[in-house]
Amino acid sequence: MRGIISAAGYVPHHRLDRSEIVAFFGSGGGSGTRSVASYDEDTTTLAVEAGRLALRGAGRDAGSGASPRALWFATSTPTYLDKTNATIVHAALRLDHDAAAFDLGGGVRSGIGVLRTALTGGESSVLVTAADIRTGNPTSGDEATGGDAAAAVLVGDESAGPVVAELIGAASATREFLDTWRTPGEIETHHWEERFAQTRYEPLAADAWRDACKSAGVTDAEVTTLIVSGAHARVVKSVTRKLGGAVGGVAPDFAATVGHTGTADAALRLTAALEAAGPDEVIALVGLADGADVLLFRTTDAITSWQPSRPVTEQVGERPGNLAYATFLSWRGAVTPQPPNRPLPARMSASAAGRSVDWKYGFVGSKDRSSGAVHLPPARVSYDGGAVDDAEPIPMADTPGTIVTFTVDRLAYSPSPPVIFAVVDFEGGGRLPVELTDTAPDDVAIGSGVEMTFRRLNTADGIANYFWKARPVA
Amino acid sequence: MGSHGITDRVAIVGMSCTPFREHWEAGHDDLVIDAAQAVYASAGIAQRDVDAFWYGTAQSGMSGVSLAAPLKIRDRPVTRVENMCATGSEALRQAAYAVASGAYDTAMAIGVEKVKDAGYQGLNAFPIPNDGTKRTLTAAAMFSLVLPAYAEKYGVDEDELRRVVARIASKNHANGVHNPLAQFRREMSVDAICNMAAVAGRLSVFDCAGVADGAAAAIVVRAEDAHRYTDRPLYIKALSVVAGDGSGLLDPTYDYTTFRECKAAADDAYAQAGITDPRADLALAEVHDCFTPTELVLMEDLGFAERGTAWKEVQAGTFDLHGELPVNTDGGLKSFGHPVGASGLRMIYEAWLQLRHEVPPERAIDNDRTMALTHNLGGYPGEMVSFVGIYGTEPNA
Repeated sequence: MRGIISAAGYVPHHRLDRSEIVAFFGSGGGSGTRSVASYDEDTTTLAVEAGRLALRGAGRDAGSGASPRALWFATSTPTYLDKTNATIVHAALRLDHDAAAFDLGGGVRSGIGVLRTALTGGESSVLVTAADIRTGNPTSGDEATGGDAAAAVLVGDESAGPVVAELIGAASATREFLDTWRTPGEIETHHWEERFAQTRYEPLAADAWRDACKSAGVTDAEVTTLIVSGAHARVVKSVTRKLGGAVGGVAPDFAATVGHTGTADAALRLTAALEAAGPDEVIALVGLADGADVLLFRTTDAITSWQPSRPVTEQVGERPGNLAYATFLSWRGAVTPQPPNRPLPARMSASAAGRSVDWKYGFVGSKDRSSGAVHLPPARVSYDGGAVDDAEPIPMADTPGTIVTFTVDRLAYSPSPPVIFAVVDFEGGGRLPVELTDTAPDDVAIGSGVEMTFRRLNTADGIANYFWKARPVA
Repeated sequence: MGSHGITDRVAIVGMSCTPFREHWEAGHDDLVIDAAQAVYASAGIAQRDVDAFWYGTAQSGMSGVSLAAPLKIRDRPVTRVENMCATGSEALRQAAYAVASGAYDTAMAIGVEKVKDAGYQGLNAFPIPNDGTKRTLTAAAMFSLVLPAYAEKYGVDEDELRRVVARIASKNHANGVHNPLAQFRREMSVDAICNMAAVAGRLSVFDCAGVADGAAAAIVVRAEDAHRYTDRPLYIKALSVVAGDGSGLLDPTYDYTTFRECKAAADDAYAQAGITDPRADLALAEVHDCFTPTELVLMEDLGFAERGTAWKEVQAGTFDLHGELPVNTDGGLKSFGHPVGASGLRMIYEAWLQLRHEVPPERAIDNDRTMALTHNLGGYPGEMVSFVGIYGTEPNA
């Protein structure tokens, strides 16, 4: 049996109320909110957060558990070209040295494509990750209806863990036509007329649906839940109506709260459906992007004992729009507020970072064997007793912390001032003075709990500098 | 083993200090030339009479050549010294120890910083290539962590404590008004300081040291030779430096209400000088008020106030110009400005002037004690270097 062992989504903390757009420009926007990746997040960090949750749902945390045999990462908005982004995700998740890490992406279709390939492919276990940051021109439809998120799906056979949803059928239909396009470096996605796209997607979806149901040996009526993922609301609506006539139910979309999240959308919504499913249900996932892809799953008894970590349904729920539109525009580079008059950060050293991969990407400290003192970053000589080279690695990414004291720095360089900075003590020992994120100066208090999150601190000479920050416990 | 010091074996016989300010018209070379010429005049010597040079700069020059070239020092040892904000003090320590060893008869310590050619506000550390995980917080923010920690530990209302540290800035400004070399010669009221916008925690820019260019210098000789140069030498009673191990950043027991490096340097210096009650024994102290909370904590770490009481002593005026123990009578870093490599020597310059009764009457201390203390620190709470020096007019006092 091959299928899904665990799955998780990650929806960033921030929400933009779409009404802010029309209030600012006099046009654009709409109702509801969209999710917004913070200034210190990119698709790589989003994938890390989703990957952490998916592995935790499979019983693996930063400290223990088997590594998937491969990591695949799909995005239409990669931080790097030429350089593989998946190796950064691999390092942050502390996957095994002999686990492959590949980027797949560019097209939005790569999101469901990577999932299908993992489900039908040969690796005993693959962590499939997909993440996107959807922007568009100010006042554009894409800006309002897009959202930022990641999803991670641990795919494998039973040797890798209990399969909670077996793949029972898969089919695709492909035909070249020009629908949406974007050239590298652009934030704007261009569209041909949607009515034309509709004439193409409807038959493609019907063909793929027919073939998938046939390969699975299921009828429409046996389908418990139908998920249709696509960027065009009009197309999604018509395809859902055409395919959904006989199915048990149609999964809700996240348009009102999160938006369409590009390559992540299909897996994010599949994850939400799995979280809600009982055993022996048939879930149909239909992706509409430059063709149609249909994946059919049947949930197993194992789903009753699967404990998703931080369910998607909790993350996508209605939250107030906490982000000023001007802040959104500055985070996306549409406007550039005056930074503090301080030097820009120097680029990280590749060789220095290469020596500290476990610390920088994995948040692994050291623990002195004789005194038990935890060192963040790891140290060869202990501050407590002076033992030399007698320490063991201690993974700290999943260890909760408490704010001992904090400050707000309005002078320091930051891509989004001010810097909120706290001294954090970790459960079981260890202290780190570290930057906070996903919070506001007035929301920080001594004694409150924090957890670690993988972020992009800054970018210099085109080099994205990643490390961990602390955020309030969700 | 042990730290024995060189008490009364070396004397300072000449000192100089340039004005500290934004010297748009003077470069590094001008500053060291001016400070050097003035210190030669102060000691009544010529450059050729100096046997060895210690040149302190945090990041305005490299190697002894940066001093030797502008001064045209030929065929002499010139050593560049760097120990963050304690750089100038460290230069004096090296020069004094070299003379005490007998290696040289006459040595010069000079400290300089030319910070205002960078084009940025504040001080900016030279970036050493690293893995990108280092903190990039400003020093102001790191020191701002002291206030909530101190308030919590000693049950002081944070608003009241904010006024206490503003009073420190106000006092130092009041002292600096009467100092022609100081960068900011303007009185600042507690209310005015408290009303400034916060830039780091509750600190405003007026809780921060002035950023200035400047240079200062000293000539040291063996104590027995001192009277060949001046009737009123300053004898070096103690010199102590502690470089912290950074454990305050790692150790959950550290509470941000003390700087252990400063306490350790003070203990060592007091032992060298034979001081048991610094508050009663010292005529004045020049301490490293890089930020107002720093001076608050230092009053306790240096033994001028009991733990948890410095905030009351500050309010009571204990450290005012005419208080029980005057602190930062020249205006301190706050008002005098802080050219990193020069500040340590600038503090000693004030000790030199006060103990020799050479300051204008408006800022003269009114006790008849004979010893002064200077204190420097560099770095942050939890990870710093600290220097404490003690000087006196009476040998074997």
